[in-house]
Amino acid sequence: MERVRAVPNTEGRFGPFGGQYVPETLMPALDELTAAYRQAKADTSFQREWRDLLKDYVGRPTPLRQAYRISKQLGFPVYLKREDLNHTGAHKINNTMGQVLLASRMGKTRIIAETGAGQHGVATATAAALFGLKAEVYMGAEDVKRQALNVYRMRLLGAEVHTVHSGTCTLKDATNEAIRDWVTNVRNTFYVIGSVVGPHPYPMMVRDFQSIIGREARRQFRGLTGGYPTHIVAPVGGGSNSMGIFYPFRQDPVALIGVEAAGEGIETGHHAATITKAEPGILHGSLSYLLQDEDGQVQPAHSISAGLDYPGVGPEHAYLHHIGRAQYVSITDAEALEAFHRLAEWEGIIPALESAHAVAWVIKNRDSLREQQAQVLINLSGRGDKDVDAVLDYEGGLE
Amino acid sequence: MATASIQEAFDRSRAQGRAALIPYITAGYPKLDQLEPLVHALEDGGADLIEIGIPFSDPLADGPILQKAASQALGQGVKVQQVLDTVAHIQTAVPLLFLTYINLVYRRGIEEFIRDSHKAGICGLIIPDWPWNESAKYQDAAYQQGMALIPFAAPTSTDQHLDDIAKGHGFIYTVSVTGVTGVRSSVDAGVEPLVKRIRQHTTLPIAVGFGISTPEQAKQTGLVADGVIVGSALVRALMDQPDQAPEVAERFVRALRNAL
Repeated sequence: MERVRAVPNTEGRFGPFGGQYVPETLMPALDELTAAYRQAKADTSFQREWRDLLKDYVGRPTPLRQAYRISKQLGFPVYLKREDLNHTGAHKINNTMGQVLLASRMGKTRIIAETGAGQHGVATATAAALFGLKAEVYMGAEDVKRQALNVYRMRLLGAEVHTVHSGTCTLKDATNEAIRDWVTNVRNTFYVIGSVVGPHPYPMMVRDFQSIIGREARRQFRGLTGGYPTHIVAPVGGGSNSMGIFYPFRQDPVALIGVEAAGEGIETGHHAATITKAEPGILHGSLSYLLQDEDGQVQPAHSISAGLDYPGVGPEHAYLHHIGRAQYVSITDAEALEAFHRLAEWEGIIPALESAHAVAWVIKNRDSLREQQAQVLINLSGRGDKDVDAVLDYEGGLE
Repeated sequence: MATASIQEAFDRSRAQGRAALIPYITAGYPKLDQLEPLVHALEDGGADLIEIGIPFSDPLADGPILQKAASQALGQGVKVQQVLDTVAHIQTAVPLLFLTYINLVYRRGIEEFIRDSHKAGICGLIIPDWPWNESAKYQDAAYQQGMALIPFAAPTSTDQHLDDIAKGHGFIYTVSVTGVTGVRSSVDAGVEPLVKRIRQHTTLPIAVGFGISTPEQAKQTGLVADGVIVGSALVRALMDQPDQAPEVAERFVRALRNAL
């Protein structure tokens, strides 16, 4: 196993990936953010405040427990890291608590964010409400339709939701619009990016905030079993929950499996399996892998899960793929839906459709995992309440 | 050398006691076969340099007008190679520059894109999401091949950045306000001090863009800057009468030129 180097370097590069591809107007803001984050990272009072918020407001640590009925069905132990039990129902809040705390320390008065499934938007609106800051969230028109409940949730939390009608009307376009807002209002605005994407220092900073998942999981798993899981399986859209659980295990003898959305099937072209295609490209401020045509025009992604419906992926994932440290696989809409039901019936947990992709990969590979005497840890990144309407609709409504 | 022609264009307008006029059009809007007549119309109207946008799917430095032009061009299936081929056929005395986004350049290969653009007669590349930090190592090699990689300055730029880009080539593309391209009702009061500040760092010509729409705004900007860039307002005029694009473009540019 190749040892993972300490990344990123000072230019924000993860091997060849990463960097800062943004208009000059934003470059000083990135420098300011890099300096402020470096200071906060080394500042024990910042770290203590963030940890206290995670403990007393978010409800961390989240449980890690063996899922006995799945384990019995599949014939090998399966453990779940329950990020769905965080306040607001997903891992996203680990990061927004960190970034909004940083924003407030930097004296920024206005918070903006992009959102796909709406989970990051809700988590940002929540953190902003807690700090008494104004949040504005950009969301693609398609996602507004798919995730109406989260739109209302954001409004309840005092955030303003801007519906984005350009391009494919999904997360990619919401991100474009958030960047346009940031470039316009850069002096007083903090852009809270929701995944390990964007220009340096965002991929590093979001990874650091989300690594709380993996640090807890490592301690909890060793406490339960005395060892390591053989496999850690997590869904990958932009890649923040997966990076959060992978990163603290990067030097351990554990297979890291990132599950992308194969949508209607890779061969149909309607998918979001960016790393599976592995074509380098630059979008939203960093060089990573990108779904694109032969000219470099960005191709629309497709997934039943709004949170995976993104044509890019974090540069550190591209790096882990590039050096062979993590393995990236894909699961179709139909397979994810099946797993959505299985987990609900077997364990009494309705998972987010994103997380259902990870569960589906484990179910699909049950035979080979059983032969390997696997002990699998799944990152259950979020709960499925937000998806219930869409799934019901997809399946043709109640009989 | 093609890059010399950028300097010559600024020298010529300076000798006439006015700022250079730099209009922008999107290749493929309203149609790709209109690009050549549009370039000639802009030249006839008095353009000193011309920016040709290669449409990109995710133009994050652009406001609604140029987004719409790019998306309509892409909707008609405009390809990078078609733009290069079309430009290669244009005979004009006005220096031509490409404006596009880094992924199209990266996808073709940065060196290849520079070489192919040069072969097509382009003498400068303007890439808003390719900041100095990332592009600096290509600057000199590109310049030796006759291609200026146009550096950007913004109201938020640091003194260090303004010192760094003094080592660049062509001209300084100065963004008049924090924001994206678009039509604005007045020239920001910060433009004059910004241009004066940049001048303390560099002898390169300074052209100002983003939001300049009317002859009056062009005149006002031209009093302080060496060049005036007009994009969204021109493309919006084309959108009003797409079937008479060259005539509209020539009239529009002549009005700006007369004001300088």
